[in-house]
Order: sequence, then structure tokens, then C-alpha cells
Amino acid sequence: MRLTIVVDGSRTAVEQVVKQLYKIIEVRKVSDVTEDQTVRRELALIKVTSKPTTRSEIIQLADVYRARVVDVAPGSLIVEVTGTPEKIDSMVQVLRVFGIKEMVRTGVVAMVRGPQVPQESEKVRELSA
Amino acid sequence: MRMNGARMICEALVAEGVRDVFGLPGGAIMPLYDVLPQYPIRHILVRHEQGAAHMADGYGRATNNVGVCMATSGPGAINLVVGLATAQMDSAPVVAITANVATTFIGSDAFQEADITGITIPVTKHNYLVRRTEDLPRVMKEAFHLARTGRPGAVLVDVPKDVLIGEADFKYPDRVDLPGYNPTSRGNIVQIRKAARLIEQATRPVIIAGHGVLISQAWEELRALAERQQIPVINTLLGVSSFPGDHPLFLGMMGMHGTVTACYAADQADLIIGIGNRFDDRAVGKFSAFAPRAKIIHIDIDPAEIGKNVRTDVPIVGDAKQVLTALLKELGEPVDRTAWFNQIREWQRLYPLPPVKAENGELTTPDVIAAIYEATRGNATIVTDVGQHQMFVAQRFPFTRPNTHISSGGLGTMGFALPAAIGAQLARPGETVWCMAGDGGFQMVMQELAVVAVERIPLKIALINNRYLGMVRQWQELFYKKNYVAVDLSGPPNYMKIAEAYGIAAWRVARPEDALPAVLAAMAHPGPALIEFVVKADENVYPMVVPGTSLAEVIVNEAHASGHDGKPPVHVQPRPEPVSLPGLRH
Repeated sequence: MRLTIVVDGSRTAVEQVVKQLYKIIEVRKVSDVTEDQTVRRELALIKVTSKPTTRSEIIQLADVYRARVVDVAPGSLIVEVTGTPEKIDSMVQVLRVFGIKEMVRTGVVAMVRGPQVPQESEKVRELSA
Repeated sequence: MRMNGARMICEALVAEGVRDVFGLPGGAIMPLYDVLPQYPIRHILVRHEQGAAHMADGYGRATNNVGVCMATSGPGAINLVVGLATAQMDSAPVVAITANVATTFIGSDAFQEADITGITIPVTKHNYLVRRTEDLPRVMKEAFHLARTGRPGAVLVDVPKDVLIGEADFKYPDRVDLPGYNPTSRGNIVQIRKAARLIEQATRPVIIAGHGVLISQAWEELRALAERQQIPVINTLLGVSSFPGDHPLFLGMMGMHGTVTACYAADQADLIIGIGNRFDDRAVGKFSAFAPRAKIIHIDIDPAEIGKNVRTDVPIVGDAKQVLTALLKELGEPVDRTAWFNQIREWQRLYPLPPVKAENGELTTPDVIAAIYEATRGNATIVTDVGQHQMFVAQRFPFTRPNTHISSGGLGTMGFALPAAIGAQLARPGETVWCMAGDGGFQMVMQELAVVAVERIPLKIALINNRYLGMVRQWQELFYKKNYVAVDLSGPPNYMKIAEAYGIAAWRVARPEDALPAVLAAMAHPGPALIEFVVKADENVYPMVVPGTSLAEVIVNEAHASGHDGKPPVHVQPRPEPVSLPGLRH
């Protein structure tokens, strides 16, 4: 099982987070990918108020973001969008104008670009024999 | 072999070499108690589960093997919590076995149900809720492995009643499979060589020996390092007894109530070698002001401790004994350190531990400590409770044998001493064990005197009765302008009658000249013995490093604190006003 955790803190604090995570018996690997080239993706479902006059505009905006409309109802649409958190934030800003009835976001998952798979955190490796 | 979960637990205990367990039965755990007498395990019935947890803790620290406690579901299990947290904070190896309501009832607020695994997540190294009987052998094997390896700690195994009753095949595993757990024991040789070079070159080095030296049983290696390289040694509270207290290289305990010499040495050093310690705030003072002129080598088995509180120049993750052994092989001739030792001897001459002034022939805690030392010559295990007496003992009792000082350091749990001493005495049957407790902590657990009496534990108990919650009273005096609130413990009980009620031989001492004779009489007495020492009510422990200040600002004695001392120590700011810190955080 893989968990992606976004941490906001000083270098020392983040180093402690990594080390404390390692202390959890079930945890096998912790990878700090902050500095790496990563693909980061998040998914959001956004229920937007839509009237006959606004529906096509919303759909066009969805196209711009390569988002999809996954539900249509008389007064609303559900837009599904994936992308970086920044892209999702931007989509939300744009759709806010129409009235957002409901929204749910997954939080971000990340994967390091290139062929390698997660290595143990550098710091811990250097400290061990 | 097919058997029920209760038997599996007992088989596992025997396989793990457990000879004594501490517990108290209840509804959910009855199936375990039903089969326990069939196994070669002595069960000590406690009077409160907190006692069981502390007994397992003291036992674990004294044997360096795992201490085991057990309790029933709900309130029984929850009563263990402070004891588990105490053990976990001090890295003591403890396994706690609790029963829970049947799996079908879990989560329904059933009778005596508690989410003990949820409750103990933050205070244990690991815990288990066993949902299937067939998992028990593996879980028990893992629990003991986790409790005693790497950085030891408390492990809780919660077993629902139907899992205790249910049957499955029992085969005790011969190995553990924990891919996420692989503690490092051999230190990185590159780091060790780096450390060796720094040690050889240091002109003002200091070793800080912590609990890890005792856990790793590395006191011989520590001594060799100190002697061969001529490096003075300081102890943290939990490191006390890892280095002989009468050795010329020993500077005493460091920290909030450490010796002035130890505090100055750490502050003025150009190299700190931390072995099995964790640079805790009580030991180190203000983190940002710690050892400003020193490079720091930190040897510890837990990588999370390295770099946590203070910067580290040479981190070495590993078992203290193994790392020190490798380090000793790498070390060449050290540079001359005469100047450093001259400075240290000067500090020792100027700032010996200050006596506690007694008026009118009052008895003081240092008198009691001196009497016990005189009578035992250090041939005893001393288990202390929490408070002023704890600090006095750590400062002033010359521990000469390794692992003879047991105390709750990290959590500072009052009530630790009596049950932990019971555990230690059971772990060390032929030896003298002294429980030293203040009247505050003692009252929290004195029902366990029943255990001492009934199990005939030949424990010697020194009850240091100052009729106050002493340490809190000291803080109110120094930091809250003598606003004494809720610290008065005068009045009942009559401790002699308490001892008599439990059938324990007891003495009461109120004068210094009576201390040693009473101690000798208690030790000559073949069974358990209690001495109530009625000491001066308003002792203050000095030296003292006030929270938020650095070790260099250690307050040397009472006069220094009140600002009336005409000659403040050379390395410390003159203190014109009495000590007071608004917004003082514990």
C-alpha cells in the first residue's frame, strides 16, 4: 500500500517526519520526492450549477482543461478533472463564476519521472551501515 | 498441535523465556487465567493494573529481557496506559497482553470494551489487535522481538475473548518476518573513522553517556574509550550507573539538576561524544545554546533521534557496544588535554554539589542517600520515584555497578518506584533493592504493598516524607513568587500504621544520626522493610538550570538563585534579580 503525503515545514521538521514514518513498523520505504522531477496528479469532481444558457459555456471550459462532463441534470453538471493541484485550483476558479454546488478532491499522488523506483530516503541510507 | 488462543499465549511466553508476569484478571481475560497455572510461569497478582505495568517495566530494565504484564479489557487495559507510556519513553522492553470483548462485539460499546489499540498507538512501539486465533503465534513472536530489539519499547497485544477461546494449530515461529523493521546495529565505518579523527584531535572533549550504554551493555567499552583517550564522562539521568560514580574521569550528571562541572564541561567542550542519549531538553537546556563551541558526534540506535534536537556533525546509527568496539580499533594517540583537565578540576573545586542546609538537627534527603550508600557501599539497585528525591539520588548516590539506577526519566511518572522496585527485585532475587520514593508518589501506588507482603518480596523501601509535593513546591517558590497552591501533603496517612496494616516491618526516622542505624536494621531484617524518613519540608534541589536557559547559566546554589551571592561563577552572567520567568513553560 502506498500513501502520498504532502508536508509543509522546515527541512529539519520534514527530516523528522521521514524518520518518524520509518519508525512505524509496517512502513518499508519512505521517499522524499520534493526535489525530484515528478508527475503529480489530483482528481476533482465539481458539481456546477448550469442553466440552459450556461451549459455549453461550461462544457467548452471543460474542454479547455481536458476535463470531462460525467453527469448532466436539469440544474447542474458534474465536471471531472485531473491534473496538477494548480490546474485543479485554476479550474475551480473558473467554474466558481457559475456557482459550485459541491466539490470533492482526492489530494495529490506523485511519481518520479524516469525509470527508477522509490529509493530509501538519502538521509537514512547514509546514516546506516 | 491444536489448542486455544489462551494456551498459545502461554506457550509463547514459555518459549520466550518468561518466568514472571504481572497482572489482574477480569471477565474478558479469564480464559487466559484459566490455563496459566498449568505453565511454569509465576503470576504476581497486583492491586492496580498500573502497578503491573510498572512492575513489568522495572523487571524489563533490570533483566534486559522483556517484562510482561496482563490485564482484562476496558478499564483494566486502560489502567496500564501510563505504565506503558513510561516504559516507551525510557525504551524499556515491555509486552502487555490485554483481552478485549469478543470480535462480534467490538465497536458496539460493549461492557468493559475499550479501543486499547487506538488509545495506545502513541505510547507504544507497536501494538496488535489479534482477530484470528491462528495469528497469535506470529503476533507473540513479533511482539517480543519488537520489545527487545533495536530501540526497546512497549508492545501491546490485544486479544478478543473469542480469539482466546477459539482453537487453531500452534507452531511457534522460529523467525520473524517484518520487512519494515530492520534496526541497524553496525555503525557506518566511514562515520566511525571521521569520529575517531575528531576525538584524537579534540582538546576539550566530553562524553555524554546515556541510557543506550546500559541497554547495549556497553559500559566496558565506554570505560575503555574514556580511559584510553582520557576523556571526561557525563551522564544523563537515564545514563546514571553506566560509568563508575567514583572514577576520576566522572563529572556527574548533566542537565537541569546536574553538577555544575558537568554543565560547564558540556558548554565549553570542543567535542561532544553522545552515546546512547537523545539530547533531551532536561539534559541539554536551551537547544539553540547547547555546546556552542563543540562539534557533536551522536551514536544512537534510533536514527530519528539523530539531529532531532541539536545539530549533529558526525551521526552514527548503530548499537552502542558495536559502534564503540569499532571506534576503539580506529583510535590512535590523543592530543594532550592537561589544560582541559586543569579547568575541570578547578570547576570541581569551586562548585561541589551544594549541601542542603538543615536547621535544628533536621534530617535531609542527602542524609538518607548517604546512609543508604554507607550501608550498601553501592552494592544495591536503587529505584527512584519522581521529584526532588529523584534528582538528589541521581546527583549524589555514587553508582559503581552498571544498571543499578532505575528511574522514570522521560515521562517522569510519579508512583513508578514501588512497583518498578518490586519488578527489579523479582528480576534480581539475591540482590539488595532499595525503593526510594517521596510521599507524593508513594501514595499513588501504596496499595502494591500488598504484593510486597503477600509475595514476600524482600524489598527495602525508603519513604522520603517531606509532607509536600516537593518539586512543585520548589518551582512555586522560585517561579511563582512562593504562591504555594495544592502542594501540602501533611496529615494522614500514618505511614507506620500503613506498613503495619500490610504486615511490613517499619521504622520511622526523623534525625540524621538515626538514619544509618535504621538502614542497617532494615537490611538485616530478612523480609521486606519500610523506613519512613521524615525530612526537612522545604528542601530545594541545586544546582538548577532554569528551563529556557543554557547549561552555562546553571544556578549553583540557593544563594546564587536569590541573587545575594557576592561572587557569581566566572562563566555565568551575574544574576541581580531573583529567578523569575514570566510565561515559564513547564
